[in-house]
Amino acid sequence: MYRDRKEWADLEPVPQDDGPNPVVKIAYSDKFTDVYDYFRALLKNDEKSDRALLLTAEAIELNAANYTVWHYRRVLLQALEKDLREEMRYITAIIEDQPKNYQVWHHRRMVVEWLNDPSEELEFIAEILSQDAKNYHAWQHRQWVIKEYKLWDSELEYVEQLLEEDVRNNSAWNQRHYIISHTTGYSDPAILNREVQYSLKQIKKAPHNESVWNYLKGILQDLGLSSHPGLLEQILELKETHCSPYLLGFLVDIYEDFLENTLEHHEEVLSKALELCELLAREKDTIRREYWSYVGRSLQTKYGSTSNRLIWIHSH
Amino acid sequence: MESVSSPLRCFGECHTAEKYTDDGVETVTSVEQRKVERSIQEVVSVYKQIHSLPHTTAVFATMTEPTLLRDQHYQYLKKGLRHLSDAYECLDASRPWLCYWILHSLELLEEPVPTAIASDVCKFLARCQSPTGGFAGGPCQAAHLAPTYAAVNALCIIGTQEAYNIIDREKLLSFLFSVKQPDGSFVMHIGGEVDVRSTYCAASVASLTNIMTPTLFQDTPTWIVSCQNWEGGLGGVPGLEAHGGYTFCGMAAMVILGKEHMLDLKSLLRWVASRQMRYEGGFQGRCNKLVDGCYSFWQAGLLPLLHRALFKGGDSTLSLQKWMFEQQALQEYILLCCQNPAGGLLDKPGKSRDFYHTCYCLSGLSVAQHFGNMDLHHELIVGREENRLAPSHPVYNICPEKVAQAIQHFHQLPVPVPAQKEGSSACNTTTDHS
Repeated sequence: MYRDRKEWADLEPVPQDDGPNPVVKIAYSDKFTDVYDYFRALLKNDEKSDRALLLTAEAIELNAANYTVWHYRRVLLQALEKDLREEMRYITAIIEDQPKNYQVWHHRRMVVEWLNDPSEELEFIAEILSQDAKNYHAWQHRQWVIKEYKLWDSELEYVEQLLEEDVRNNSAWNQRHYIISHTTGYSDPAILNREVQYSLKQIKKAPHNESVWNYLKGILQDLGLSSHPGLLEQILELKETHCSPYLLGFLVDIYEDFLENTLEHHEEVLSKALELCELLAREKDTIRREYWSYVGRSLQTKYGSTSNRLIWIHSH
Repeated sequence: MESVSSPLRCFGECHTAEKYTDDGVETVTSVEQRKVERSIQEVVSVYKQIHSLPHTTAVFATMTEPTLLRDQHYQYLKKGLRHLSDAYECLDASRPWLCYWILHSLELLEEPVPTAIASDVCKFLARCQSPTGGFAGGPCQAAHLAPTYAAVNALCIIGTQEAYNIIDREKLLSFLFSVKQPDGSFVMHIGGEVDVRSTYCAASVASLTNIMTPTLFQDTPTWIVSCQNWEGGLGGVPGLEAHGGYTFCGMAAMVILGKEHMLDLKSLLRWVASRQMRYEGGFQGRCNKLVDGCYSFWQAGLLPLLHRALFKGGDSTLSLQKWMFEQQALQEYILLCCQNPAGGLLDKPGKSRDFYHTCYCLSGLSVAQHFGNMDLHHELIVGREENRLAPSHPVYNICPEKVAQAIQHFHQLPVPVPAQKEGSSACNTTTDHS
């Protein structure tokens, strides 16, 4: 306990003042109270010392979400001109232990910025992702490092490795989009086609993987789903052997895009789209019944002829 | 008002068909999903056994309907408002949150907060207010947008003059300016991280306390829009994966700022509607991840916001009775799978209860029970009528009367004039350094 240590006897601990009738009062352990009473004392005196730095580590261990302590630690690191390489080792260990905490990742980012050295980052983040491939903080840090230090080169390869391990890893699909958008972009037809083919390949392997269907739509929607030659035919073919609610929803999207961008065959395309919305609402995706009914009504209103519109809306 | 006593959707013949199809390709994602489905199936089959026992008496019959354990939750909340075990040391920098989660849960349950304790909450939150403005996670900690949001919401729930008077509006405004970034975003605290939560926290407190100035949210809507990604939802910062919590924060902030139409509402709607799990009935936070009770609010709560935005935009095909998600399925998930028999609610079966999940499961239950607004109101209560919760405001997530009352109070006061001021420090100065 700090209260028993000779080297700390000069400092008067500051108890927490919750007032006479506290609310949400936490039954802190003796250790917790002791450490934080001394932390408050340091703060009050604005003490900048090595013993203060050591105490912040203890305070962090007791509650790694205390952002006030982290801020103070950073003030100390600067004021005492501490070895930031050592701080990197420290924060590495803390993150390994508590990878789902905001403060630890923010702290790491600050240290990397001070050192202006991202050289350990991609490997470290990959290690954390190997334990939890969807850790949001890890991906956020990874995107920041890559953008800030222009480390784009090997990332697509890394993403493909992750998708190889779990083709349903939506974070990896997002990273794929991130990398390509920030490097080649999707406007080059060769790139777009490569991505469409890659997606179709993954669809054939696991047709009920929502991520890949969302990706396919995501990369084609700016140009228009109906503009990609042969896509509708390929999807209709897949419908026979690899059907899923996602495929059906994708068809609705293609048809909608046709309606938006072409004037021919309106009634035929609209009727196919409405039929699919009905099928999804009634049978294939009933959890989204209200949504698919709305989509149907909206399409009918926007693209239907007046008479058909009224009949259709009143029956739904 | 519609009361669904039976049949439950999860008892239907077609329910088992809704289980995850892994196409024979097992990955971590599909394995985890199937584990959760198995545990839900377990819960449902236990309920089914109870449900199929003969209804010899009316009392017995009512016990077999999904029941919100009101008394148990009330006792859990009442105790927590005063005392928390050392398991809560990890939330020592989030105590205003604890106040808000508990007070909001109580108001949804329509349990009054005794005057004395309401006053004690006010006095405690006053101790959490920073001398330089905003609220901190506890006395003598640094101001942070998240506990600021929570503290202001908690004070508005209490809704007394004492509560409103706690807030130093001038200092709050200067705190908001101090965390504002040139690109329109906000950091969560001095020296802290940026993400879209901060814009919601800032917009929420600024609008409730009437301290919005013409420049405070300059470029903020553009920044929020840049968080919307290829999936249709929003990530924490531009480039990140679409996520329920961040999407709610971004959308709600845009609604407050009156700029919701800058977002692609259609693709946002598709994204969030797709987040409801076909088997479990609850919502996932991200595509291909697991269901979690708290997303009952963050995700389902988007549908009232979208409904209103689309309506404002002239959409005439919106339903007049229902949100665009399966309200019954969500209520069943919460009532059957997210209640701790000793009180409190949780993420999913097998997880521990906590006040965060209690707040957001109840908030989600309220969203699923109540369609509409003041003028148009349609209720759908799964189980007994006693399961009915109070309606909640879809933007602020406190009761609509409390929102109206707070806005009415603070609009009588002039908007503070922004100034760069050095605050005098009761606690210390170190925490205020950048």
